[in-house]
Amino acid sequence: MAEIRIQNLQKRFADFTAVHNSSLVLEDGKFVVLLGPSGCGKTTTLRMIAGLEYPTAGQITLDGDDVTYLRPRERDIAMVFQLFALYPHMGVRDNLEFPLRNEGVPRAEIDRRIKEVAAILRIEHLLGSRVGGLAGGDRQRVALGRAIVREPKAFLMDEPLGTLDAEFRELMCVELRRLHERLKTTTVFVTHDQNEAMALADHIVVMNKGEILQADDPHGIYNFPSCVFVARFIGRPPMNLLDVRGALEAGASQVVLDGHAVQVPVVQGTAARALLGARPEHVRIVAPDDGLAGRVERVEYFGSHWIAELHTEAGVLKALVDKNIRPSEGERVGLRFDTNRLVLFDADTERLVQSVTTNAHRPSMRHG
Amino acid sequence: MASITLQGITKRFGDVTAINDMTLEIADGEFFVLLGPSGAGKTTTLRLIAGLEAPDAGVLRMNGEDITAAAPARRDCAFVFQQYSLYPHLSVYDNIAFPLRAPMRRIDEDEIRRRVERVAAMLHIEATLQRKPTALSGGEMQRVAIGRALVREPRVYLMDEPLSSLDAGLREELRVELKRLQRASGATVVYVTHDQVEATTLADRIAILEHGRIRQVGTPSEIYDQPMSLDVAQRLGSPAINVLPAAWFTGSADPHASHVAIRPEDVVLAPDDGSQSYAVIECSLVKHLVVAERSGVEVRARTMLDQALVPGARVRLSFPPERCMFFDASGRRLAAA
Repeated sequence: MAEIRIQNLQKRFADFTAVHNSSLVLEDGKFVVLLGPSGCGKTTTLRMIAGLEYPTAGQITLDGDDVTYLRPRERDIAMVFQLFALYPHMGVRDNLEFPLRNEGVPRAEIDRRIKEVAAILRIEHLLGSRVGGLAGGDRQRVALGRAIVREPKAFLMDEPLGTLDAEFRELMCVELRRLHERLKTTTVFVTHDQNEAMALADHIVVMNKGEILQADDPHGIYNFPSCVFVARFIGRPPMNLLDVRGALEAGASQVVLDGHAVQVPVVQGTAARALLGARPEHVRIVAPDDGLAGRVERVEYFGSHWIAELHTEAGVLKALVDKNIRPSEGERVGLRFDTNRLVLFDADTERLVQSVTTNAHRPSMRHG
Repeated sequence: MASITLQGITKRFGDVTAINDMTLEIADGEFFVLLGPSGAGKTTTLRLIAGLEAPDAGVLRMNGEDITAAAPARRDCAFVFQQYSLYPHLSVYDNIAFPLRAPMRRIDEDEIRRRVERVAAMLHIEATLQRKPTALSGGEMQRVAIGRALVREPRVYLMDEPLSSLDAGLREELRVELKRLQRASGATVVYVTHDQVEATTLADRIAILEHGRIRQVGTPSEIYDQPMSLDVAQRLGSPAINVLPAAWFTGSADPHASHVAIRPEDVVLAPDDGSQSYAVIECSLVKHLVVAERSGVEVRARTMLDQALVPGARVRLSFPPERCMFFDASGRRLAAA
């Protein structure tokens, strides 16, 4: 069990700043995902927590103890680089025992832990097998077992699923999440893949260009993105952003797009220029003479729904359409928005403009 | 461009029958998707069409001509793999031009330049032509790999999970582009994936493969709305279709039904009226999903909520009869009651 605190952490490589002045509290027992595009500083942050890099400034504490400059093995943290490298010439049991024998753990303790891990991962029946003959899913579970058998205070994982083929990646997400429910070991997981983040995380930290842009649970990240970058990075298709005509005043409850006025949650900030943010599932197709006028440019079929690309005077946007309605290409339609789900951004700073709904939301993670 | 016919194709590897008596007709200009889990025989099917494997039984035809024994070069298929395999020492331009410079083709450099530039424009990689592949992002590299297939103007494109190594945003972008290119060129594409989003958005028709056999062939909406078996019903749809005990539907179900399946978006969520009560297990406002349980059976409902339901809350679920599908004990679809 461990709470990890990062205070004013900074990392420079020569004249390049990989991580800017970041502060973050990773709560005990949470699965925290550091999410961002390559070069955003997520891996550098993880490596500083592991002790593989030392920060240029700032502090890292583990359960209150300052570990900032401790060597990796002096921290009770397991860095999992590659979940899936097993020794092919060894049996399943030997693969699991290997890290423990290396650490000089007594025999009886090794047996106890192997038994427990095998039960958690449902691989008891495989302990006598050779790794070479295992099916893909079983092999992944054995590899996971080898990481957890050490019983560290925290797991650090750097894109551990990246090298797997897509299908196993999805299966392993389910497996990892299930394992976390069971063990509740603090986990820091680095990925650039939002699907992995959404499937795994209690908390998500979105980073870009060395800065933490937002830290919250998936609901907060998805519904109240702190800025345009987060809004576009999370969600497929991404959030629609439409130009608002004129300045935004506090107290306003509607904004004007080209050709149409849209009701929004009561605005509590101001912006000289603003963008209206609407997720595709919060755009509804209505009769052609109602709402914002649009034309269906393209439709894609997803079984449970359609995604329609619509051209309007206010710009191009995408809408999620019920499977029972079949929009056809070229069709003229009207568009309405789910007022309570709309957000606004300052077009100059690209930051979220506060409203009654965003103010009612309490982020579940602290960062600075 | 070409049509492709597989007739009674069987392929064994030692004791394993990878493809079992497969019969399939793929029309000229069709975007045809083979969908199935790993090990279903999808890639083997592609390799048989390309001539990289020879079948143990059956006949393969292209435009009606028997090509079962023809060499790969004579079949003129372009293959795109999941992992882009580019020549690191050649520029992007030379990588794309490579197939055109094969000695047997004898295409002059002006024509090569014209074709490379046209393909690069289609894939929006004009600016990278003079660079080395190692200087490109993953998405750019995969575009180059696709470009190298497109430049040949072959009779058939065979694509094996070409997008699955890319991240979500690029995957979506290239997916849209692939479909557009295929529509514009009228090419025949046989496309292997395990990703149902790629299958439903790209395909004119989908074949569902399992254990080397075709379970069903149809348009995406036929497969999704009218599955002929329970395993096909479970293959498409995310979250997966609900499979409920027939005992919950006494009176309304066929007496031979042992499972009733309903899609999560067809389940109706209503406030509890004290009659049938389900306990909420999970509620996600991000996935628009409620998972609730009754006597050990989990039911998924896709629904838009403003407020999350707390785990343990009681809800009522209803299953509109016209949305229910009935299956017998062996998983075969029964006619609606």
